[in-house]
Amino acid sequence: MTDAAAPTRETDPLGVSPVAAAMKASLHGDRIYHVLTTAFAAAVPLLLLLIAISIGLAAWPALSLAGLSFITASEWDVAAGQFGAAPAIYGTLVSSAIALVLATPLALGVSIFLSEIAPKWLRQPVGFLVDLLAAIPSVVYGLWGIFVLIPLMRDPVGPFLRETLGLAKTPMFSGPNYGYSMLAAGVILAIMILPFISAVTREVLLAVPRSQREAALALGATRWEMIRDAVLPFARSGIIGGIILGLGRALGETMAVTMLIGNRPEISASLFAPGYTMASLIANEFSEATSDMHLSALMAVGAVLFVVTLIVNAIARWLVWRVTKGAR
Amino acid sequence: MSASVARTDASSAPGVAAAVEARKFSFWYGEKQALFDIELSIPSNGITALIGPSGCGKSTFLRSVNRMNETLTDIRREGDMLLHGKDIYGSGVDVVDLRSRVGMVFQRSNPFPKSIYANTAYGPRINRGLRGRALDEVVEVSLRRAALWDEVKDRLGTNALGLSGGQQQRLCIARALANEPEVLLLDEPASALDPVATQRIEELLFELKSQLTIVIVTHNLQQAGRLSDRTAFFYLGRLVEVGPTDVMFTRPREERTEAYITGRFG
Repeated sequence: MTDAAAPTRETDPLGVSPVAAAMKASLHGDRIYHVLTTAFAAAVPLLLLLIAISIGLAAWPALSLAGLSFITASEWDVAAGQFGAAPAIYGTLVSSAIALVLATPLALGVSIFLSEIAPKWLRQPVGFLVDLLAAIPSVVYGLWGIFVLIPLMRDPVGPFLRETLGLAKTPMFSGPNYGYSMLAAGVILAIMILPFISAVTREVLLAVPRSQREAALALGATRWEMIRDAVLPFARSGIIGGIILGLGRALGETMAVTMLIGNRPEISASLFAPGYTMASLIANEFSEATSDMHLSALMAVGAVLFVVTLIVNAIARWLVWRVTKGAR
Repeated sequence: MSASVARTDASSAPGVAAAVEARKFSFWYGEKQALFDIELSIPSNGITALIGPSGCGKSTFLRSVNRMNETLTDIRREGDMLLHGKDIYGSGVDVVDLRSRVGMVFQRSNPFPKSIYANTAYGPRINRGLRGRALDEVVEVSLRRAALWDEVKDRLGTNALGLSGGQQQRLCIARALANEPEVLLLDEPASALDPVATQRIEELLFELKSQLTIVIVTHNLQQAGRLSDRTAFFYLGRLVEVGPTDVMFTRPREERTEAYITGRFG
């Protein structure tokens, strides 16, 4: 750089060569760019912080009134000033867990099929159809659930699980089966998060280097052995990332769940029993929350949902970190 | 001797079953023909080097011997490829079994992101179902044969990606040897390595050649000269000439061979 500037300086009596001036200008541009990007980058966490603070402030009256019972008690009686959100917290976690249990193997299967096994001409169209599941609005899922899924849950899903599989005696599948249930919510969530998990998984599977596949094949691995031993381990952390993405969607999903879960704030071991989630609680009550305390209680539910999502994400990140560390 | 230089030297004489034998073998990637009527016989044991400029078909030929090319789509072949006299493209041939009998080492070392032990044990585990003590033994023998044992015996459980480039490549050779292959194919195994690591690989191959048929693709003519017993020169998808390495490098019959070997093109 100095070499390029030196000769021009000799011809320029003022010592400000065009090259140096240009360099200075670009340095100036660099600084502006630097400041701008830093500001944008800082804006995002700042926004998050502001939202968290405002929710926290709004939630404080209800939280200080209820104390720890807010997350442990099951009584939700606004008039009596009882705010126990445990059933909603339980419902959010359980419905999301059901969704993950159902969607993960399905998404893995779809992705493995599409990236490894399906003939080329089939990959694009089927992949597109799976992605299309993400384009259906939540309320449409809810509507479909009410008119198609709920009747199916009553018959044949309920009788199949109870009689055919003989699960009637287990607490998880006992009690009356109205259709509107934790299980219905979990199933609809599973369908809704399937495209997210599948899209990420497909991408990471395709990103597994050819050399890894060839290594396994050249040693006499069958296609399945290659997928199991070379492709999936290599893609492991990415797949877990996709599952986290799906989980994040499931925890916050509101409309379809509210339409199908039955909205009964009770903790029941049976998956056939109606339940409640934090998101559906807020959605159901915000329009009638006229008192300040009621509003504050709903804000507190929002805060808890926020924290739960944060904790789940932290655990998941830790999992990814551990898995990646183990693999590399 | 000089009369037997080209395609009809003693080793392809009838009665002596070659380890690998191509008969009018042609290969296409889509519309593009990569190999033209290759007639090549590779005798048992010893090292055969495949040389030639980039895109001459030598890697395609190598990858046809363990049917690795079949992982690509839109390919086509004609002619036969025999392994110890049996057509590997025959209807009854199990390609998985074939690949366990014909080992392959690639240009870039590609260990699995697993332990050194797990890498070496992979083949015998999936192909022969070996476990426990028997597997330990195969792992040790294979690592010894690949001249890696002394360097890694205290850290078999550590991740293979922690090894140096040369060690990783020798691990890949050990991994291939663990299958006890009849033929070992190497596709420019040292081209990404420094001279010291390259020399170790060459010494290792030299050790192995008494018990194993080795076919190596190389861009490095000195390597071919140093290492191989026989050399085959490919050019534009055709086999130009094949013969004992010392003859190929001193008195080649074909002008194109001489031009390539003396560095006038390629």
